[in-house]
Amino acid sequence: MATTTSTDPHRSGFRLSQLIYDTRYRSITIQVIALILLVAAFWWLISNTVQNLALLGKDFDFGFLGARAGYDINQMLIEYDNSMSHGRAAIVGILNTLLVAFLGCITATVLGVIAGVLRLSKNWIVARLMAVYVEGFRNVPLLLWIVLIFAVMTEATPQPRDFRVLDDGTSGASMLLGDTIAITNRGVFIPAPVWGSGALALLIVFLASLVAIFGYRRWAAARQERTGQIAPTFTVSLALFFVPTILVFLVMAFVSDRQTLIAYGGAADQDFATFAETLGPDGRVSACVVPGTTEALLTRRLLRGGPAAFDLVPVSGPEDAIARAEAGECNLVSLPPGTDPATVPAGGFALTDSPRAGNPVEFDVPVLGGFNFEGGLQVRNSLIALWLALSLYTGAFIAEIVRGGILAISRGQSEASFALGLRPNRTMRLVILPQALRVIIPPLISQYLNLTKNSSLAIAVGYMDVRATLGGITINQTGRELEGMLLLGSFYLALSLLISGVLNVYNNRVKLRER
Amino acid sequence: MSDTHAQTVRFVRESMLPPAEPPTKERGAVKWVRENLVSSWLNAILTILSIYFIWYVVSHVAPWFLNGIWDASSLSECREIRDATLGPDAEAACFAVIADRWQQLLFGFYPQDQYWRPVLALVAFFVALAPVLFPGLPKRMLWFTAASPFVMFFLIWGGSIWGPIFIALGFVIGWLVWRFLAPVAGPILALIAAIIVPILYWYFVAGLAATEAGGLIPIGLERVESRDLGGFLLSIIIGLSGIILSMPLGILLALGRQSDLFLINKVSVGFIETIRGVPLIVWLFTAQLILGYFLPPGTTFDITLRVIIMVTLFSSAYIAEVVRGGLAALPKGQYEAADALGLDYWKSMRLIILPQALKISIPGIVNTFIGLFKDTTLVVFIGLLDPIGFSNAIRASTDWNGIYWELFVFIGVLFFIFCYSMGRYSLYLEKKLAREHR
Repeated sequence: MATTTSTDPHRSGFRLSQLIYDTRYRSITIQVIALILLVAAFWWLISNTVQNLALLGKDFDFGFLGARAGYDINQMLIEYDNSMSHGRAAIVGILNTLLVAFLGCITATVLGVIAGVLRLSKNWIVARLMAVYVEGFRNVPLLLWIVLIFAVMTEATPQPRDFRVLDDGTSGASMLLGDTIAITNRGVFIPAPVWGSGALALLIVFLASLVAIFGYRRWAAARQERTGQIAPTFTVSLALFFVPTILVFLVMAFVSDRQTLIAYGGAADQDFATFAETLGPDGRVSACVVPGTTEALLTRRLLRGGPAAFDLVPVSGPEDAIARAEAGECNLVSLPPGTDPATVPAGGFALTDSPRAGNPVEFDVPVLGGFNFEGGLQVRNSLIALWLALSLYTGAFIAEIVRGGILAISRGQSEASFALGLRPNRTMRLVILPQALRVIIPPLISQYLNLTKNSSLAIAVGYMDVRATLGGITINQTGRELEGMLLLGSFYLALSLLISGVLNVYNNRVKLRER
Repeated sequence: MSDTHAQTVRFVRESMLPPAEPPTKERGAVKWVRENLVSSWLNAILTILSIYFIWYVVSHVAPWFLNGIWDASSLSECREIRDATLGPDAEAACFAVIADRWQQLLFGFYPQDQYWRPVLALVAFFVALAPVLFPGLPKRMLWFTAASPFVMFFLIWGGSIWGPIFIALGFVIGWLVWRFLAPVAGPILALIAAIIVPILYWYFVAGLAATEAGGLIPIGLERVESRDLGGFLLSIIIGLSGIILSMPLGILLALGRQSDLFLINKVSVGFIETIRGVPLIVWLFTAQLILGYFLPPGTTFDITLRVIIMVTLFSSAYIAEVVRGGLAALPKGQYEAADALGLDYWKSMRLIILPQALKISIPGIVNTFIGLFKDTTLVVFIGLLDPIGFSNAIRASTDWNGIYWELFVFIGVLFFIFCYSMGRYSLYLEKKLAREHR
């Protein structure tokens, strides 16, 4: 063995005390101990769970997701009825959560940006008002806002029957915006779009004009780089956005044909009023229509204006309609335009005043029926209360983020840009915003995340989100608390990990490259 | 001096003019209005819109508020009084509901003759907090801070005074063991002993001793059950205990997240992200529905306690993130200087890093607390009666069915006062810290 110097490491074999006192081994010791404790803790939790489940006679099984749900959901974005599975109900709930989160994020951003910018305004009174808004909403629990807005929506709004016009010509309440929107204690009724035969063409034209806007902007930017001339982008974009679509809509509306209404009963060459008369005073018009089409909508409008009581029989298509009419299930059949009247079987006569088949887009306007509004889209008060409260509350936080982001950009930046001769709006767009956005966007996205998590307060107003379906009724009905809560938690966790993943990618892209 | 001007000057002023007032447009209130309200067309329109909005709100709220009826026993009686004195179309608030039910909204079902106890506990809390917030106060007050959790527990829940005393004694025993064992057996053994001995003491001695002492010298207050706590009292109890208990856990998690040890780091990150990724309401339902599954069969305990545990775990994840920010904000030199002094990890954290990091984090911690305090309203969904729970109950009662503005305004204003003043305090701290760091 060679002579050892004092700088050589200590070579006498390994001693146990090195595990604690030697930094080379200590971290391993600590981690091994931590691992043992961790495994022991998990083992304790899991063995407790297994024991408890055994005592209750339960097992751990996700099979309940396939079982029949048996409960109704009052707002669904995809088809659902109570004969479908718990899994399907959970998806309906997830979509409802995402819907209110999506709507809330948009309105909260709009509100927040406006309030944040106005709070910095030189206008004293506006700045103070915005400060009151921000402080007021930030310092009161969200739940209180949700409950308050819901209480106002249900207790201070008129009932549907108040909209009925009384004999003296007055009514307790009236609809808004040209009799198209009704705010009632059962929800807000708004016109629902119904897509007609030309809707696809309209959509294609609209998408094409979006592409054209994009192309034009790129061309304008390239030209500016090349020649220094600035082309007007805003007005041209605006025109491209609206004009082609509206033109196509008008043309299609102009050429749209009449549908063929076949009446079973009466005589040839009659109009709807004569047909209704032939049915007698107690007669009832049953119309076979394909639901969800503009033809059905316009037929219903005709029937509503007519003298006779009516009902609509949903059918799957023209052949089905004729077959049902011959079976006596309906006495009025709506056929799409272009149907040759000669193909209509005996006993049916085409009406002379058949309504039009409809524009590419028609609006189904809510109309007061017996006890409630019919037609249109019912936006429930629960959704509105949740949406409004989430937007106002999160908007107040976003306002502070926007204000902070703009304040974070030093005055020198805007002064330098003015010195370069840029006008104020260009200064904002080219100098301030790109820098402020770097500060604004990360906390903004985490506010979106907060909003999504806060949407679970839907429970306060009975909005059917994922907590209400999967984490509420499904758990109550199946008794699968463990599995249900696990799935619910994983849904929220996956969502927030996804959003923070996106955030990290963004942060890495806009990070200042420092050397 | 150049000659050019000397040649062209034809008139030289010999006496100065007296200074003139600025033009009327450029001074006083007129100038302020011109600059702040009507500096441009857009601003003028905004000003008019804002004034209209304020007038609209005030013209509706002011009569409603000033006509408020404070003395009635039900909403219908309120309306009768209004019809009799002001006419049926007048707007009048029915604050009688608050006069009737303020005890519930503030204290829940706490015995009425004992209201001084929670109030005193709150005062005790502020006294305990003072030496932490204001370094100028005598250091001896920190002893009261250490004792305050037991004092507050005793005041609010009551019962025999010996229970809290003997539990507190456990901590003293642990500290004594550490103090006397550390020089003899080394820090690690002493630490383990200082943890194990008090646990053994609590498990075998404390309960028995407290019963015995209670039998010999019965001192105590009337016992109040957890289910009788409610209203703002409950919100404050959950919020305060959540934030206080979560501090140590949050600091440990933050250290864990900064740690180089792979396993510790990953476990901390996993815990923090899981807690933060799931809404509090799901955690509360977890506490209500499935916490029992994870505990030994037959364990049952109070829902209020379960909620406090869940809220503590929840806020510890948020505190951890705030403290991590504070740790990351410290210059690297501080860590290196602590290492250079030869301090071990815990000493360097305790003496150098944490005092500075926590000081920077206080505003963030206060903000977390504001969020937590607002979030305590969620306990209504698992059946606890916080202010919103009571407001639901009051609105469902036959006397007050149909009332909402008055109740929500009352609750909202109380929350606003709490949260706004804390927010101001955190802003003040931020400014003060910014000054000190300059």
